[in-house]
Amino acid sequence: MAQAQSAADARAAAQTRVRFELLTELVRKDLKVKYKNSALGFVWSLANPLLYLGVFYLVFQVFLPNGVDKFAVLFMSGFLVWTFFNLSTLSATGAVVGNANLVRKVRFPRIVLPLSSVGFAGVHFLLQLAVLFAALAVLYRDAFGPQLLLLLPALAVAVTFTVAMSLLASSLNVRYRDVEHLLEVALLAWFWLTPIVYPVTVVRDQLASRGQQWLFQLYMANPVTAVVVAMQRAIYNRPVVNGRQILPADGYGFYLTWLGVAGAVAVVLLGVGLWTFRRLQADFAEGL
Amino acid sequence: MAEATISAEGVGKRFLLHHKRATSLKERLLLHRQSTSEEFWALRDVDLEIAGGQTVGLIGPNGSGKSTLLRVLSGILAPSTGTVAVRGRIASLLELGAGFNGELTGRENVYLNAAILGLSRRETQRYFDDIVAFAELEPFIDNQVKHYSSGQYVRLGFAVAVHVSPDILLVDEVLAVGDESFQRKCLAKIAEFQERGCTILFVTHSLDLVPQVCGRAVVLDHGRVLLDGDPIEAAERLRSLLGTAADQSGGAVGGPDRPRFAAARLFDPVTGLHKGNYRAGEPMVVDFDVAATIGSPPVSVRLAVTGPADVPLWVMDSDPLVFGPDGIATVRFTVKELPPIKGIFALAAALRDPDTTVAYDARRFAEAFQAVGDAATGIVDVAWNAEQVETPREEERDRAAGDRRRAEL
Repeated sequence: MAQAQSAADARAAAQTRVRFELLTELVRKDLKVKYKNSALGFVWSLANPLLYLGVFYLVFQVFLPNGVDKFAVLFMSGFLVWTFFNLSTLSATGAVVGNANLVRKVRFPRIVLPLSSVGFAGVHFLLQLAVLFAALAVLYRDAFGPQLLLLLPALAVAVTFTVAMSLLASSLNVRYRDVEHLLEVALLAWFWLTPIVYPVTVVRDQLASRGQQWLFQLYMANPVTAVVVAMQRAIYNRPVVNGRQILPADGYGFYLTWLGVAGAVAVVLLGVGLWTFRRLQADFAEGL
Repeated sequence: MAEATISAEGVGKRFLLHHKRATSLKERLLLHRQSTSEEFWALRDVDLEIAGGQTVGLIGPNGSGKSTLLRVLSGILAPSTGTVAVRGRIASLLELGAGFNGELTGRENVYLNAAILGLSRRETQRYFDDIVAFAELEPFIDNQVKHYSSGQYVRLGFAVAVHVSPDILLVDEVLAVGDESFQRKCLAKIAEFQERGCTILFVTHSLDLVPQVCGRAVVLDHGRVLLDGDPIEAAERLRSLLGTAADQSGGAVGGPDRPRFAAARLFDPVTGLHKGNYRAGEPMVVDFDVAATIGSPPVSVRLAVTGPADVPLWVMDSDPLVFGPDGIATVRFTVKELPPIKGIFALAAALRDPDTTVAYDARRFAEAFQAVGDAATGIVDVAWNAEQVETPREEERDRAAGDRRRAEL
């Protein structure tokens, strides 16, 4: 009995390993295909964060000074994780539909398709984060300190939420093809409703001055916002600049609380996403 | 290896043909509940038990549900009714090279495709050289697949798929693609799987292939199993369904009780295994089992080996057959030494009354065997010689012409 159990466990473990290898193989494929015909390959996407740093320095410190010192760093702290979420969700939306031929003809765990989109965006995200930190090592030493540990829960929530959204988007898009277009518009609105190009304290103060603090709670309940704000606390690491409150709190309680809320939302959504994906995947081969 | 089996019970597959189905959220919101649909049953009440090690041919007219059945059995489509139980590692060759990415090289695609088919990276590394050798793509393996010819593409796809070492192999008409040497290679691989005890279910339109390869055949028509049993009978049943029965060309007569061919075997007399490739001078042996009912007229077998355009190369006649109590007689044709022919040849067999030459059954095995050699230079090897000789001078030619004229007179 125990032997049968352990044999079953070994089989399950082997299966999980094979699936993971399939996932890495798909991510590898996407990376290779993307960079196959470009001479500079990876350099292009790695140069991205540096380019943004330069442009945001120029725009928000020279052309339109917004009074936030080193605003470009604040921006990048949230922008990279947003890009990860945005790119994952959008490419996952087309992941099943775009592999119609495979889905109709071959039996394999379909869930690896949206997951590989997340993996592809994840690889870029990690590399860009590394480039950002390399730049910060030269330009912005304030970023390096124990507060960077906040990145761990923030990234865990980001990945969970992104996977959940990707599962939902990829499976729903098989049945309703306009999910893709809807999502593009929704993500644009979502971007502006997340404190990336402005400090979150602006929203808090504006809503407070209108006596609508409850709306701020709603605003913070957006899981991406919780992640972005925690990333900013970790990397920008200056709650107060020139006597002005840029980040909502000095300590870590605020960020951890909202990450907790976001984590709960993300886990529930992951459950919904898995359920939806499993339910719809039986019809993938027919719907395509 | 554990007994690999397929068992389908009461399997039905319903497709909904939607007339106004909402394909977008927008339509869904605007036209809710106006959607109408028509049912279409691609499969109906299919019961199929395939025991380990069996090779079963799945035949039927176009649109009879063969591919749908393979897709249901391989788990790509969920059955609408009934249950499917499959034991063993299953590989389905529904389309070769599905999932290949043109931008990647052959090597990269092998790893990707193998991973999709469920092979671990280590296993792929182990089989990699075999895969490339089987596909005969060694010089091109690091080229992008988009530069491959369609033949190279399917060869690579097939090579990867068969190295998944499945217990159960589901093959859709993939044998129809590729050139003849590739098809033969596929068949040889299938024979290898058979020897290994692999369970094989394959769809084909080549009815002559069915009795050669399968021990059993299933005829599907309009999604239902019409016949499940003897491959020759199944092929015959389908031929009559398609209106291409051998009777029409062979001029066979008689009712259901007429004498008929029950099985045919082309094999190597030494090993007893099926043999499809011969060299000139090698012996060739063909056995025919003939079934007859008591009191049937005397019959003999005529066997013709035919080349291009069905021209008989030579014809062999047996003596009248004597049937045992089970109504079966076996006749063996032996060619001691195959003449120096090259190419692919068919066998045409007829069961005839030796006196009246009325044919009771006729069967044609297209591409029955290959005589090894380059058929592009003709189908017969003849000892010949060409050399440049001195051109005769004019008066000699005239004299010769005059001689010829005189000879004609």
